[in-house]
Amino acid sequence: MTEITPHQTVDFSGLSCPMPIIKTKKAIDGMAVGEILKMISTDPGSVSDMQAWAQKTGQTLLSHEENGGKYIFFIKKTK
Amino acid sequence: MPEETAKRLAIIALHGSMDMAYPPFILATAAAAMDMEVAIFFTFYGLELLKKGKIDKLKVAPIANPAMPVPMPNIIGMLPGMTAMATKMMNKWMKKANVSKLSELLSLSKELGVKLIACQMTMDVMGIKKEDLIDGLEIGGAATFLEFASHNAITLTF
Repeated sequence: MTEITPHQTVDFSGLSCPMPIIKTKKAIDGMAVGEILKMISTDPGSVSDMQAWAQKTGQTLLSHEENGGKYIFFIKKTK
Repeated sequence: MPEETAKRLAIIALHGSMDMAYPPFILATAAAAMDMEVAIFFTFYGLELLKKGKIDKLKVAPIANPAMPVPMPNIIGMLPGMTAMATKMMNKWMKKANVSKLSELLSLSKELGVKLIACQMTMDVMGIKKEDLIDGLEIGGAATFLEFASHNAITLTF
């Protein structure tokens, strides 16, 4: 289990594409640059989607891992 | 030299059935979440999606649709009530998989700044008036769409 302390945690369990990335973007928009968001999803597609989203938007995906059917992402707002 | 990637997504929505309504909105909202500028041009049967109160009432016909998850011979598919049944089944699967309702995707699109353009020509051809359509639309023609799509855009048609 990665030990990063997030400034905010959001749980999007149960949501399907495209909701995880849309809601992640909204959450990041409401945060300050440098802050870290922890996002939880149950959508297997979100693993690939989150990497693509981070690449396109220029945000930093610090880590992603799977834990008991849940996908955990740590995103740092870099812009 | 940094790679030039597309900044825009231009979608043409031509169809009015439920199954063809999802791709434009899902891709549009995902692209908007990825900081892309998005416009959807609704033309021909696509205008059905913009009629007031219609977005959650779209249907899908099983006839001549061999890829339906529950295959149905055409001779059965053409019977009265079969379209309603296929529509009901598809709605059930969408709900089970937690896919957002079309009306939710439509509101989300507007909220995320997706441009919704209604085709003027189709409105004239099919006798659709501005009052029949939802608010927040731009009315335009081919040139409006093409101008938007000409700036480094991914263009998709559904």
